Amino acid sequence: MLDYPTLKLIWWLLVGVLLVGFAIMDGHDMGVGTLLPFVGKNDVERRVVINTVGPHWDGNQVWFITAGGAIFAAWPLVYATAFSGFYWAMLIVLWALFFRPVGFDYRSKIANPTWRSTWDWGLFVGGAVPPLIFGVAFGNLFQGVPFQFDDHLVSTYTGSFWGLLNPFALLCGIVSTAMITFHGAIYLTHRTEGEIQRRTRRATLIFGSLLLVTFSLAGFWLWQGIAGYAISSPIDPAALPNPLGKTVLRESGAWLANYGKYPASIALPMLAYLGTLSAMLLATKGRTLAAFVASSLAIVGVIGTAGVSLFPFVMPSSTDLRSSLTVWDSVSSQLTLNIMLWATLIFMPLIIIYTGWAYKVMAGKVTAAYIRENEHAAY
Amino acid sequence: MLSEQLVDLSRLQFAVTALYHFLFVPLTIGMTWILVIMESVYLLTGKTIYQDMTRFWGKLFGINFALGVTTGITMEFQFGTNWAYYSHYVGDIFGAPLAIEGLMAFFLESTFIGLFFFGWDRLSRKQHLLVTLLMAIGTNLSALWILIANGWMQNPVGAEFSYVTMRMEMVDFWAVVFNPDAQAKFVHTVSAGYVTGAMFVLSISSWYLLRGRDIEFARKSFSIAAAFGFASICSVIVLGDESGYTVGGAQQTKLAAMEAMWETEPAPAGFNLIAIPNEKAMKNDFAIEIPWVMGLLGTRSLDRQIPGIKEIKEKNRERIINGMHAVVALDALRRNPDDAAMKTQFAAHQADLGFGLLLRKYVSNFDLVSPEIIQKAVDDTIPRVAPMFWSFRLMVGFGFLMLALFGAALWSSVKGNCLGKPWLQRWALWMLPIPWLSCELGWFVAEYGRQPWTIYGVLPTHLSVSTLSVGSLYGSLAGFVGFYTVLLIVEMYLMQKFAKQGPGSLGTGRYANEAAHA
Repeated sequence: MLDYPTLKLIWWLLVGVLLVGFAIMDGHDMGVGTLLPFVGKNDVERRVVINTVGPHWDGNQVWFITAGGAIFAAWPLVYATAFSGFYWAMLIVLWALFFRPVGFDYRSKIANPTWRSTWDWGLFVGGAVPPLIFGVAFGNLFQGVPFQFDDHLVSTYTGSFWGLLNPFALLCGIVSTAMITFHGAIYLTHRTEGEIQRRTRRATLIFGSLLLVTFSLAGFWLWQGIAGYAISSPIDPAALPNPLGKTVLRESGAWLANYGKYPASIALPMLAYLGTLSAMLLATKGRTLAAFVASSLAIVGVIGTAGVSLFPFVMPSSTDLRSSLTVWDSVSSQLTLNIMLWATLIFMPLIIIYTGWAYKVMAGKVTAAYIRENEHAAY
Repeated sequence: MLSEQLVDLSRLQFAVTALYHFLFVPLTIGMTWILVIMESVYLLTGKTIYQDMTRFWGKLFGINFALGVTTGITMEFQFGTNWAYYSHYVGDIFGAPLAIEGLMAFFLESTFIGLFFFGWDRLSRKQHLLVTLLMAIGTNLSALWILIANGWMQNPVGAEFSYVTMRMEMVDFWAVVFNPDAQAKFVHTVSAGYVTGAMFVLSISSWYLLRGRDIEFARKSFSIAAAFGFASICSVIVLGDESGYTVGGAQQTKLAAMEAMWETEPAPAGFNLIAIPNEKAMKNDFAIEIPWVMGLLGTRSLDRQIPGIKEIKEKNRERIINGMHAVVALDALRRNPDDAAMKTQFAAHQADLGFGLLLRKYVSNFDLVSPEIIQKAVDDTIPRVAPMFWSFRLMVGFGFLMLALFGAALWSSVKGNCLGKPWLQRWALWMLPIPWLSCELGWFVAEYGRQPWTIYGVLPTHLSVSTLSVGSLYGSLAGFVGFYTVLLIVEMYLMQKFAKQGPGSLGTGRYANEAAHA
């Protein structure tokens, strides 16, 4: 069995991998949902757009479910504190997600235009709202979340839902939505042709630029305007997790301290810029698959930047600094982390292989002719 | 202290969303295998009608599946949103099977369900059957892992409490996986799902037969459903949940409650066929008893005793008094982890910590514990008997009713004369809701019967909830009920529309009602 500090670090990385996997895979479906009412001007066009993700959205959504399950298993305190603290935000995400399975599966089963257009907007909500809320949640992590633990580690959240919607958090929400919509647009340029492709190519330019601007703004704000967190007591990474066993202070600029400490980590924000720019360029030149790889790398960059800036914090507390949750003191037992690592090492490669096969089977452009031929079977 | 109302509303919300989710799950579990069977016959015989059967029943399966997915995400969210202390306290054990369920089962199921629907023209026949098979395996594996998690709530093996981290921690993963309670639950629950799938196909096929429509299609579907359903209902009954009821305290308590067995009787105990339980006097006002049967079912033996409610309560009283000392020591150790005297006291009483925590429903300061409060906590340890007793009997009664139906249906399929028996088809049609009712009753017996615990003997329900406001709970509960009602109406509308239209909805030109497709 690996030693405890190593396992704690590996699980910080793995949670990151799962979140990135979620953003790349489920993210492009959500981006497609967000763009659906705008790039599809009539019913056939909308069916083309929906069917680019039709065979895959369900498998991709499991990235989300698995990331949730992995946080439950590896960081139970984070799962418990975040989900209950962000109660209404989480329910809004959940209720927005409700529109997706039924939207995809039920939309084209009845020909009534009102029925279909209702589900199209449902897919829009299911695509646009979750990334927005996740971005807002990240924005709040940087500012600290008002929660605290008692002696028995019962957490109490003292903020309100509306308090989450502050300017910096909303900016982060736009970063996240722009990123996901951009990625979905890139995917659509790969899977469509003609007029729809032309429209989505324009969307890549709009949302790519929006991503670059808001990402830069958020970085500047984080540097100048938000006091970061730092652990001020000695850290024993091998200790049994106890979030109340440390002291924490706030100081301005602390969120950027890791880039000084580990200069190599500057590669992550660079990747966000380079990935976005090259994805925009490649999509314009028609090299759509390469563009998809580039926008996926941009996602690695953006989420990686957020993770490295926060490290070792996961969920800082604004009302009781020592209650802040970090990678060292909010984790599961060594045995559970070890078992979960093995489970991930065994199943993740298999998942990637059969998901790849599924995409290979369904590869190629989705066209209006395809929809006509599969009138009864397609979404 | 947490308000009673908050705890009750949290429980109600979980119960509503779980029962609702479980309207869709059993049908999914059962239908996957029926689709595998139909498609296998297609591959072996090459007859297009079997492909059409796979596609048509697959279409109805898909309508159901969409809501299964929708309502399933709720369940994963809800441990965190509404049961935060539970999630912290047992996440080290409970989270692992949930995450493995995602990695091993959901990915498999969800990736291949896409190819199942979209891959007909792009895959060879063998490849497509493989896809269907993997989808079925994924679905069933997901049931395995969630029931391992649930089994641990009933019989928490392989874990220990740590006062440093203030939670339960896993010490033996394989004990959690091979928990006998989980294994019994898995077999019972998936078999119940198979019965649900079989009843669905049997009932709808019977309706076509009654109408004299798509006869060949309906007759073949009827036969497959009859055979699969008969095998499955036998499995549900023979390998019933009862086999798990000898393990662990939770199951013994449930057994005593659902049998309204107040006294410990000499082995082998009798079975109360009908009884009127009187909770206050702790006796049955009236009972019709069949000798021996209870002992045989419950222990699979003639000589092992089954403890009655009164005996269980007295044992629990001892454990609560013991547990008080553990809680007092734990409170002290949380303030000063180096207190040697308290460490000794905690070690001596640790096994009953959970029982001591039952008192926290009434007092936070244990100096105030009185004999009345202890009595209240003791009474809490037994779920109310009448709902358990009747839910269980209704479920078992439905089980035997379905055994009779599937037996008759299989017999007529073998004889090849199901067409000439409208009474059988009408019977099958009216039985359609029965497996769903049985599944929900089974869920109720298992989970209501576990009260007052979320984790039996470890964590009381009233300590498990998130510290939310009552207003938030009313709001979210209203949201769920509203959303779920609309979704159910939409789903039922589509389901009956396509079920009524029948295989004509495939648009192949081979069946009745082609034009009905809007």
